[in-house]
Amino acid sequence: MSRCFAIAQREFGSFFATPVAYVYLIIFLVLNSVLTFFVGDFYHRGQADLFPFFSFHPWLYLLLVPAFAMRSWSEERKSGSIELLMSLPVSVAEAVMGKFFAYWLILALALVMTVPLWLTVNYLGKPDNGVILAAYIGSWLMSGAFLAISICISALTRSQVVAFILAVMMCALFVVSGFEMILDTFRNWASTTIIDTVASLSFLTHFDVMSRGVLAADDVVYFLLVIAVWLYACCIIVDENRAA
Amino acid sequence: MIAVENLSRCFHGLTAVDDLTFTIKPGEIVGFLGPNGAGKSTTMKMLTGFLAPSSGSVTIEGLSMASHAKKIQQRIGYLPEGAPLYNDMTVFQFLYFIASVRGLKGAKRRERLKDVINKVALQGVLNRRIEELSKGFRHRIGLAQALVHDPKILILDEPTDGLDPNQKHQVRELIRALSKDKIVIISTHILEEVTAVCNRTMIIAQGKLRFDGTPEALQQRSRYHQAVTLHFSYAADISGLAEIEGVDEMEVDRRTGDVTLFPEPGNLIMNAVVEHVNHFRLPVDKFTVETGRLDEVFREITLEENTQGVVTE
Repeated sequence: MSRCFAIAQREFGSFFATPVAYVYLIIFLVLNSVLTFFVGDFYHRGQADLFPFFSFHPWLYLLLVPAFAMRSWSEERKSGSIELLMSLPVSVAEAVMGKFFAYWLILALALVMTVPLWLTVNYLGKPDNGVILAAYIGSWLMSGAFLAISICISALTRSQVVAFILAVMMCALFVVSGFEMILDTFRNWASTTIIDTVASLSFLTHFDVMSRGVLAADDVVYFLLVIAVWLYACCIIVDENRAA
Repeated sequence: MIAVENLSRCFHGLTAVDDLTFTIKPGEIVGFLGPNGAGKSTTMKMLTGFLAPSSGSVTIEGLSMASHAKKIQQRIGYLPEGAPLYNDMTVFQFLYFIASVRGLKGAKRRERLKDVINKVALQGVLNRRIEELSKGFRHRIGLAQALVHDPKILILDEPTDGLDPNQKHQVRELIRALSKDKIVIISTHILEEVTAVCNRTMIIAQGKLRFDGTPEALQQRSRYHQAVTLHFSYAADISGLAEIEGVDEMEVDRRTGDVTLFPEPGNLIMNAVVEHVNHFRLPVDKFTVETGRLDEVFREITLEENTQGVVTE
């Protein structure tokens, strides 16, 4: 476990040695504000809640998280430092977890930095802070799912660009599977069980509930399961990689 | 103690390492020699547990690599080819990270870090980012990283590749100064390095072990071993030289004018040649006893297969 921590620490430090973390944090905050205030009609709605703020998160994460995580493994492979890492007494799982937690912590930091918005809402009205807290937790869990997918796909290739594009595609599949438009194409021929299954795979379906302040066990478990499955796949890919 | 048995490794149908068997004992400094693509790096990667062998086994200090990789990796220090490092870290951060992952803590970690930093002379660059540093420094950081936990086994893949002569000298001094009970394996394609540092040489070509012995034994395989090379200040009668007892053959290099006398196997001809020169008052201005030309032996050993192929055609 201490080795996992050492790896997480190294990753975390290297975010701030390079502009990666700053760029991510700044773009996340700027886009968030723009979307909340101009597209989400934060003021005109006349309601003291953060619903317009959270409703854009899946779309923000869809682009930003793969961009942020694309270097996680592909750079190690390209520079050859993976050989150094894997000949240290570190298991693949420890390395994968260490990286994941370092990245996830930055995503948490980005969310924490939106606190002024929460203060604004509290200044303007009397929002239900329990709902807001639940939505924050939900958003962080969902970002973890995007992150696990992106990290796993980054392990597939040496090219960061390829990793980014593939990760966006894969994340998009998980987002749009909840869309009526997509589900309609299934309606003509598939049984309701299949449609429900496809819909239940969507991040949107699960996050929608959470952004309204309901932290149901099945949604939390869903995101944790997505994270676990993709990280496990990542372990397998990294393990296979070094054989080639 | 490293025991390797019938080690093989294939990549997509290509055999990189083909049925290697050898043991290495503490105190041995082994030089892996071989042409590019001979399987040196692949062998080293399997010894460090980075690559799994296609067949065969690696046993280190009685533990099998297949089942105790983490335990074994604790005892190995490894410098991968080209010294890949985390470029965005400073030198100190990097070494601190490696020490932490290696499980060193507190005072012990501080002491070990201080020790390797002094040994490899990195004091001046501790707070510089690794990407800003020259190749020589990168190799030294790679070495420091491999030494930080004071491993019993040190595996260095081309540690002097791309270094200038002074830096090469430094690295060799460092390897030689390592305590006597360690196993050191270095790979190189610089032949003089083997005689300079190693006490055992293994030549690998096309994935197979072609030679295993001391560097001296390697030199002895050379036709030039104990041969005498002479140069005359002006033209002289050299016909008698070939008749000296023990001389097998005489060769004259037309370009330089050097005369080389090859001994019959097992004979020492130096004294006889000196006597002959004195007796006939030959105008010798250069007299060299050769130790053996490694590049020639190297070519002979590594190209064996190819020439055989040509003959059968």
